[in-house]
Amino acid sequence: MSLPDKTCAMAEAIARIPDGASVMLGGFGVPGTPFCLIEALVEHGARDLTIIKNDANEAGIGVDWLLQAGQVRRLITSHIGLNPRAVAMMNDGSLDVEFNAQGILAERIRAAGAGVMGFVTNIGMDTVLAEGKQRVETATGEGMFEPALHADFALVHADCADHFGNLSFAASARNFNPLIATAARCVIAEAERVVPLGGIAPDDVHTPGPFVDHVVELPTLPEVYGVVQR
Amino acid sequence: MSSNARSRMLARAAADIAPGMCVNLGIGLPTQVVAHLPTGAQVCLHSENGISGVGPVRPAGQEDRNLIDAGGSYVSTLPGAAFFDSALSFAIVRSGRLDLTLLGAFEVAANGDLANWIIPGRFSPGPGGAIELAQRARRVGVLTAHVDKAGNPKIVERCTLPLTAAGCVNRIYSDMAVCDVTPDGLVLRELAEGVRAEDVVAATGARLTVPDTELPVF
Repeated sequence: MSLPDKTCAMAEAIARIPDGASVMLGGFGVPGTPFCLIEALVEHGARDLTIIKNDANEAGIGVDWLLQAGQVRRLITSHIGLNPRAVAMMNDGSLDVEFNAQGILAERIRAAGAGVMGFVTNIGMDTVLAEGKQRVETATGEGMFEPALHADFALVHADCADHFGNLSFAASARNFNPLIATAARCVIAEAERVVPLGGIAPDDVHTPGPFVDHVVELPTLPEVYGVVQR
Repeated sequence: MSSNARSRMLARAAADIAPGMCVNLGIGLPTQVVAHLPTGAQVCLHSENGISGVGPVRPAGQEDRNLIDAGGSYVSTLPGAAFFDSALSFAIVRSGRLDLTLLGAFEVAANGDLANWIIPGRFSPGPGGAIELAQRARRVGVLTAHVDKAGNPKIVERCTLPLTAAGCVNRIYSDMAVCDVTPDGLVLRELAEGVRAEDVVAATGARLTVPDTELPVF
């Protein structure tokens, strides 16, 4: 008996994403953003997408490629301040932006991955983000219901993957990656290194293989993954 | 704000970071407080993107492409640091593990209300982690110029901008003064060098109680 091999060509994995799909992307700034999978999604050309990502990257990289190509209808996020195009598109109405408090975005994704329908919190009760949310009385006070956030696809960037899709992440490149890997129907992981089964010790696995559908090995890492020169 | 006044404000805020604390420093002015901590300070800095034990910013050429803080600076880690995902990072915040957060402000009100994430029609980058930090850190300090570039008070009776969190601020550090939010309103605690209490009262857009006692100078 051995574990299944999920390695796959990048274009083949990305070709599964149809128009209108919801797609979660890992990353907080550059670290953990699956730039090669995003680039493949631009080439694939699926449109009318709902993108779910902590931030909109900076001008000229990552999410910005999808915005520039006109593929995004809706963006569910916590911060877009470093992407002037995202801000402009939100302001002129060409992009529907839903802001979440950062940890609430993470927890809504975690809830989806944990198979629960949502949670109750008082985070943001005093803010404009509370408008329209269902109020809930609990024994410890009033809160709001925050629904679990699912997606059709998750595009993950890992430092290391094995053939079965066990993943490990590097430093602050972990961020939303292990969360989105639990919350989508189809999870595609790009990895800087793909190792044989057993190449990641069981104790060192951050995302267990059962969550991952496709593993794509990255060729030489493009410059966009490097240190940002400001 | 002169660089000298800014530097003294940052140093004054740093003096309130006690040994043993777990602290989150917001993007902008608060991050600069680090430079004013004493060498060897036993403090755990938390960053929203999943780090406890953040160390100094790395010099050019020595960056780790996978290691930034929430403001995008290429940081180092201290011995004993840990990495974790964004859900766990905010579990640290919401469960009250942060002893202190220092944040920037557009407006801060005498009742402790804070507005620092949106100026409708002009600036709407999204809240990031500010709401949870403001609402759940055990103690919230605000670092801000006392007045804006047009000379208008940033410390006001009631915020006009959408709130980050209500009643969350404990202490305000400005280039002119240290003020505390108390159940009886704003109280002047300390004065910046060369600043008189009446100057602070005039530059504050809310009722400010000035104690009869001599105020410390920073």
